[in-house]
Order: sequence, then structure tokens, then C-alpha cells
Amino acid sequence: MTLSDIINVIRSVTELGLISSLTVLALYLSYSMLNVCDLSTDGCFTLGAAVGAVVALSGHPYLSIIAAMAAGVASGFVTAFLQTRMGINSLLAGIIVNTGLYSVNIAVMGGASLLNMNKTVTVFTKVKALFDHTFLDGWHKVAVALIAVAAVIVFLSVFLKTRLGLAIRATGDNSDMVRYSSINPVFTTTVGLCVANAFTALSGCLLAQYQKLSDINMGQGMVTVALASLLIGGTLFRRCSVKVRAIGAVIGAIIFRAVYALALNLQMPAYMLKLVSAGIVAAAISAPYLRKHIPQTMKKYFPGKENGDVRA
Amino acid sequence: MLELRKVNKTFNPGTVNEKKALTDIDLSVADGDFITIIGSNGAGKSTLFNATSGAFLPDSGRIYLDGRDITYEPDYKRAKYIGRLFQDPKTGTAPSMTVEENLTLAAGGGRWLSLPRRAEREALRERVASLGLGLEDRMNTPVGLLSGGQRQAVTLLMATINPPKVLLLDEHTAALDPSAAEKILEVTEKTVREQGLTCLMITHNMRSALSVGSRTVMMRDGSIIFDAQGAGRDGLTVDDLLRRFREASGETLDNDRMLLS
Repeated sequence: MTLSDIINVIRSVTELGLISSLTVLALYLSYSMLNVCDLSTDGCFTLGAAVGAVVALSGHPYLSIIAAMAAGVASGFVTAFLQTRMGINSLLAGIIVNTGLYSVNIAVMGGASLLNMNKTVTVFTKVKALFDHTFLDGWHKVAVALIAVAAVIVFLSVFLKTRLGLAIRATGDNSDMVRYSSINPVFTTTVGLCVANAFTALSGCLLAQYQKLSDINMGQGMVTVALASLLIGGTLFRRCSVKVRAIGAVIGAIIFRAVYALALNLQMPAYMLKLVSAGIVAAAISAPYLRKHIPQTMKKYFPGKENGDVRA
Repeated sequence: MLELRKVNKTFNPGTVNEKKALTDIDLSVADGDFITIIGSNGAGKSTLFNATSGAFLPDSGRIYLDGRDITYEPDYKRAKYIGRLFQDPKTGTAPSMTVEENLTLAAGGGRWLSLPRRAEREALRERVASLGLGLEDRMNTPVGLLSGGQRQAVTLLMATINPPKVLLLDEHTAALDPSAAEKILEVTEKTVREQGLTCLMITHNMRSALSVGSRTVMMRDGSIIFDAQGAGRDGLTVDDLLRRFREASGETLDNDRMLLS
């Protein structure tokens, strides 16, 4: 492997890591802050890709970003409406929306399950034209992804300190307290899910334009991959400020992509990615539980073996 | 002025678990009243508070605040002028957020997207310092790391940071150790006095039921069986209260947390 090969791997890991970290930041808002596991993430990711692709194909590369995010807001609103106003369990609300989005996404793509953007002008090709023949030649994809991630992090770190942001954080922490502060948790949940899904859709939109392809299945398993990244980032920055933890979420996404790239280089077949991410999520979420219960089980089967036990 | 008119509430109607929690409750609370409420387990004390704060709708009857019918107003809207503290200090605060962030939310005001200004943060810090618990140096500590007493003090401040028209205290010192309970009760009385609050306090402590506040109400089986204020309350002893209860109900007052002295 030559140096330029290594740089290429690092570059594509960074690109994919940054683009998928937008979904991780969405889950940072919905899962870590609002305490809602939004299972509509997969469908919303594809929705962003589909809407973004259609608008870009019609010749509006910048508008495609805004359109995709607006579609994400709409999707988040439906999920929130189902769980706050219709009494549907939050997990089920996400699954219902996810299922519905499958049809919506194909409809958006005009009945096709694939949209090719090989010759389409996208935000990436726009920036590529700016970077050509400068020292940044070839780094346009990193630049686009970095700008998007930086914008979302700056937005989140300010937003979560505003009154509305505090209320959203409190809703996930103790929704009774929000009510006692005369704030309607229905409102905070709705706003939180709308914003989070806008980021998810942005993530999907950028990935489709990055790979020049929008595919009906591209969001599948995204929620698990993003959760795995979020949890990896969370272990690195456990007791930190809201802003640092958001950056941790991005680093988690890049680490996840790096581990994945490494595994691919070690001849792991690409289809194993989802199994690996499922394993990471299961391990990370069960860790606190196991840490508590394994010592108890050990005591049960090996009584009197621990240090300092007087019976030993 | 808070008025409850013929308020009824039955839980699990039509089942074997049917329980009349409130029966034709009539209660008028004048501005500035500080009422202590005592009664056995299941007497309807907390149910009375739940109906008042809007945690559920009564089956019948009306609730008025300053002459306005609030019977059907949702709880989060009533929270603007009805403050409430619970026995469990965890109820009223968001544990992973700091003392300052909790207070900022409770203080309200400002637009949704406004950031707390330095002056507002200073004002909050001063309010916390006025509790006299040294919490002003822990403004950036997550509330979940505070002790039960400290947490309840923060909750009290949150409930009274914008003086409510009515403050409901639901055995808010019962889960604390004796010295913390005493301190919180002291801070509570000071706050109520300084702000001239109208306050209802459920207590399991018979002595504070008589020594604190200006009026004592006793409940049993969803009804108010005894209501003393002014001259009728002066000179009452714990023994008198227990005797009154026996006379009214034919049984002894029984509450698993009851403190008689």
C-alpha cells in the first residue's frame, strides 16, 4: 500500500464519516436529548436522498439541500404527531412512518427505485469546480461534508442553550418537570423531532449526491449504524458539555467508518457491515446492564471467592 | 382565591377496585392562607392536589382560581400560577441538567430562541444564594448529583421563582432526613412569608400541622372532616387533633409515616 493509497482511504473514511455523522447528530438530538428512539430514521434518510436527487436532477443543486431538509421536517412532524397526539408508542410511530416512507420515496423518485446522477450538477461538483487546479484539488467532498457538519454543530450548540433547546433537553430528562415549568412537552417533542429529521434528510441528500446515486435501500439499517457511532462517541466524551458531546458524535461516526474500512481491507465482505453495527449497538447498550449483573452472577456461582469476603 | 365546588373523583368506577377518592369537596382558600392538610393513607389529600393542579379532570364539580373557571385547563397551563412540590425530590427537576439550566427553564420569560442573559443568570444566582444552602457555588452542577434536600430546595425555588397564586406542597419533606427536612421546612416558611404566598401543605407531621401555617384541614375517605383556623385553631394540641379524628370517623388516625410529636 503506497502513501497515496493510505491518503485515499483516510479521505474516503473522512468523507463518509462526516456525511453519516449528520444522521448521528440527528440521533444525538432525538435519542440522547429527547430520549426518543426514532425508528423512522432509515426512511427519512432515503427521503432526503430521493428529494435531493429529484431537485438536483431538475437543475437546482443548492435548492436540493433545502428541499431535502424540508422533507425531513415534514417526516419528523408526522412521527411526532403520531406519538404525541394519537397515543402511539414512540417506537411504533417511527416504524409506521418508516414503512409509509418506503412508498413515498419511490413515488418521489417517479416510480423508480434508483436515480442515477452521474452527469448531474450537485453541491459536490459545484465545489469541485472551485477547487480544481488548486492545492485543495480532490478535497472538495471533504470540504462540503465538513461545512455541513460544522453548520449543524454550531446550530446545535447554540440551539440547545436557548430556552427552547433547554426545554427539549428537559423533555427527555423529566417531562413532568417541563410541564411544571408551564411548557407543553408535545410542542418540545415535535420541534425536536422535526429538527432531528431535517439533519437525517440532509445526511441522506448529501450521501446520494456524493455517490451520484439515490437508491430506495440506501437508508436501510442507518438507525443502527448511527446509534453505534453515537455510542462510540459517547464513551469517549462521557461527562462533557453539550457541544463537546456533539463533536464526540461526529468523531464516533468517523471511527465507525474507519473500523469498517479496516475490516474491508482485511477481506471482510461488505455485506457484513450491518451485522457488525448491530453487534456494536447491542454491546454498547447492554454494557451498563452487564457491568451491574455479572458480579452478582459471579457471586451466585462462586460464593466466597471475592477479596475481603470473611467466609473465604 | 382558590375555590373547589362539589368536586368528585372516583377511580376505577364500576370495578371491584372502585374507590371514591374525592366526595363533594368544598374548599375555599383565601389569598394568603397557609393551610396544612392531614389525614390517613388514601384520604384523598394527594388526589385533591392532583385535581387542583390539573393532573386529571374531576368527574364533577368546578375549580375556580380568582373567580376564573380552570376545571378544564391543561396542567401545563395551570403550572403558570399553581406551583407544586412532591415527596420525591426527583419529580420536579431534570437530573442531567445543571441547577442554572433548571432554574432558567422554570423562570420562563423571554422568547423561545433567546439565550439567557448575564443579568438573568446573576439574578438566578442571587435567588439561589438566598436559600442559604451554599448552592450558589454549584450553579453548573447537574441537579442529579445534589442531595435530596438540596434538590428539593432547588425545586422549591423553581416553583416560586415566579410567585404562584397557589403553592401545593405534597409532603415535600417526607423523603428527607430529619435535619434536611427541618431546613427545607424553614426555607419554605420563609419563602411563603416573604412572597405572601397562598399555600396548601400536606404533612405527616402532626406538630407542624399545627405550628406551621394559619389553618388546618383534616381529610378522611375523600371528605374534609375538620377545618380549623383563627381562634378555633389556637391552643389545639396534637392530642386534640387525634381525638377530633376519632370522634369524626370512629377510628384512629393511621398514616404509615405519621409523626405524632
